[in-house]
Amino acid sequence: MSENTAKRHMGLRASRALSNTLIHVLLVVMSVVWLIPFVCILLQSFRVESTWQVGYVIPQKWGFDNYVNLWNTDFPRWYMNTLITALVTAVLQTVIVLCMSYTLSRFRFKMRQPLMRFMLILGMFPGMLSMIILYRVLKDLGLTQANAVPGLILVYVASSGMGYYVSKGFFDTIPMSLDEAARVDGATRSQVLYKIILPLAKPIVIYTILTAFMGPWGDFVFARYISFGASAGKNVAVGLYDWLSKDQINKSYTLFCAGGVLVALPVTLLFLFLQKYYVEGVTGGAVKG
Amino acid sequence: MKQYSDLEFLRLSRGQKFLYRLLRFLIAIPVGIGRFFAKIWQGIIAGAKALGREIKDIAGTFAHGDWKTRTSFLVMGFGNLARGQILRGLLFLLFEIVFIGYMALTGGYWLSMLPSLGLEGPSETYNEILDTYTTAYHDNSFKILLYGVLTIFFIIAFIYTWRQNVKQNRIAERILASGKKLKSGKEDLRSVVDDQFHKTLLALPLTGILIFTVLPIVFMVLVAFTNYDGAHDGYANNLFTWVGLKNFNTMLSWSSGGGSQSYAATFGEILTWTLIWAFFATFTNYFLGMFVAMAINKKGIRLKKLWRTVLVLTIAIPQFISLLYVSKMFAKDGILNGFLLSMGWIQQALPFWEDPTWARITVIVINIWIGIPYLMLITTGILMNIPADLYESSRIDGANAWQQYTKITLPYMLFVTGPYLLTSFTSNMNNFNVIYLLTGGAPTNPAASSAAGSVGYTDLLITWLFKITTGAESQYYLASVVGILVFVVVALISLVVYNLLPSIKNEEDFR
Repeated sequence: MSENTAKRHMGLRASRALSNTLIHVLLVVMSVVWLIPFVCILLQSFRVESTWQVGYVIPQKWGFDNYVNLWNTDFPRWYMNTLITALVTAVLQTVIVLCMSYTLSRFRFKMRQPLMRFMLILGMFPGMLSMIILYRVLKDLGLTQANAVPGLILVYVASSGMGYYVSKGFFDTIPMSLDEAARVDGATRSQVLYKIILPLAKPIVIYTILTAFMGPWGDFVFARYISFGASAGKNVAVGLYDWLSKDQINKSYTLFCAGGVLVALPVTLLFLFLQKYYVEGVTGGAVKG
Repeated sequence: MKQYSDLEFLRLSRGQKFLYRLLRFLIAIPVGIGRFFAKIWQGIIAGAKALGREIKDIAGTFAHGDWKTRTSFLVMGFGNLARGQILRGLLFLLFEIVFIGYMALTGGYWLSMLPSLGLEGPSETYNEILDTYTTAYHDNSFKILLYGVLTIFFIIAFIYTWRQNVKQNRIAERILASGKKLKSGKEDLRSVVDDQFHKTLLALPLTGILIFTVLPIVFMVLVAFTNYDGAHDGYANNLFTWVGLKNFNTMLSWSSGGGSQSYAATFGEILTWTLIWAFFATFTNYFLGMFVAMAINKKGIRLKKLWRTVLVLTIAIPQFISLLYVSKMFAKDGILNGFLLSMGWIQQALPFWEDPTWARITVIVINIWIGIPYLMLITTGILMNIPADLYESSRIDGANAWQQYTKITLPYMLFVTGPYLLTSFTSNMNNFNVIYLLTGGAPTNPAASSAAGSVGYTDLLITWLFKITTGAESQYYLASVVGILVFVVVALISLVVYNLLPSIKNEEDFR
């Protein structure tokens, strides 16, 4: 190796080291920016001296007062509402989405293409429009205000068939030859599903359950519309939103922070625990489009 | 315009290439739209032809059929019952009885009221004994429209089932004539989990979609042609009725009524901002997310897993918490301004949410904060799929990092994620949560606000729609018109882009 090339290699190595250092610095800065809001929420949830929004972050007096005070509000009720909604939705929505995506992936029937095209077009209508009529219908059924939970579950689950894309993409990757072999051996179509495909589809089942479970925790618009005026029917998103409204923020800003921590904790833990499946689903879904 | 071959294209200079591509793109738009309408027209013709065939087939079945078949035209399932297919026959018969019963009891009423949406509104009568007014309620426009649509769905289902009933007779006749046996009830039951398993699986999801998605959409599209609002709620106050295209005229006319800006101008303003927002929200996230993914993937970067987990953490935390909290952080008396003031870097609070331009930029920036982790996840997987030898050989040829990015990474990514970009653009157009939780549309745009509801500078069409429905006058009909226009815009964009995407291949290619 001549002296010249050796020098060039040294230069390359130096520039690579420099760029790597820069990237490391950048990543540290990014992580800080990304975590700051959550750290702030956590810190402020322990602030005792005032319930106001103040210009500083680190509490002057620490304590669990806000968490204790949460018990004297409607928050436990909202929490239970959301938890029940999320659990029931997770189960039912998964069943519906899997039925839909499995069928559209595995079967070739006459109405398949028209059906998929039709749902694509349906998806272009803003869902917000349906809210008015769904509210009136649920009201007639007595499923609004204080009874909003079953109403919410009904609406979430009933329209969930539209979100079949990601899991259909997954089923598409399981070779058809597996089905065919089982069929040749005399399995019925339903046996193929239960005995061959479902065991293979564990990642996508978990992904579907996870997203279905997380959805209701964040749903705001429809839950607000449907529980309008009745605190007993709110979910956490609606309840906490109201705590930050202009006339309440000075009383309940730190309560919001404490409530936010309690909501985020279980969902985040579950999510981190099942992260792998989520990543798989998201990546697959994007590639398939 | 002349279409170059690949070889000719490569000979062009860089500027010419760009111009050529731009021209091709612009030409593709009207061509694509034209092709779409041509397709619709072909569809209509094909549908009419199919209908003609069906009628001919039905007439043929009647003309050549035996008495069992002919009776089936009136009594559904009779042919099945007479030929020993008890289960099928009973189901057909039951369906017919339910249908006739429904139409006689309530369906007829809803259907007859549909053209008028109710004749008699609520009336007040004076009660002398109690000395009060009592209100008597009569027709209910809301229910008439809703159940009227449902009844039409039901009639369509009935016609379809009747057609199946006729078809089955013909098939049965043919099978019997060839000396074979018909399927027994037991075999029919077995087919529910076997040959016809797809129908079993789809029954529940599709029923849900029909009732909770299709029906509301049909209803709300129809509402755009009525005067349904808070004052005409169809029951307690006044009935509502059909008004034709009046609402579309209101929304799309440029003449302003009563001092405030015309609806068309407001719509145009909000649409412009919606498109700007969707563009920036989609592409800033896309490129920055890809950049972060590449940075973490890069050789020699340590703690890869930690960086990813930190970012993923922000996906896990429900958006309403982070968005609401961040919106308060940026408030006039929020943490950020408090920090900057106490450090003495600024003299007065920055108007993050008060100034229109500041607010618009702030929402886009915060949206980047939300979107990068998600895009980082998506792109990481795809980036790893790019064959490493591509980079290897390009490096030997002397390509630098930027050239590798523009010549290898970016084309690959755009090809693979094209459909994703499109859906992400349209879902950003309807990104209610980010805007509503961050700003609620603020700061208010007084010129654009009207009786239909206040309008802010960061309002998207979707949040405007929401404000109209929850506004003082609850002008549902206007909200419905906005919703339809949103659909038209989204559909047009999708149509044009979809036809241009290179990665729309035959679905079966994936196998």
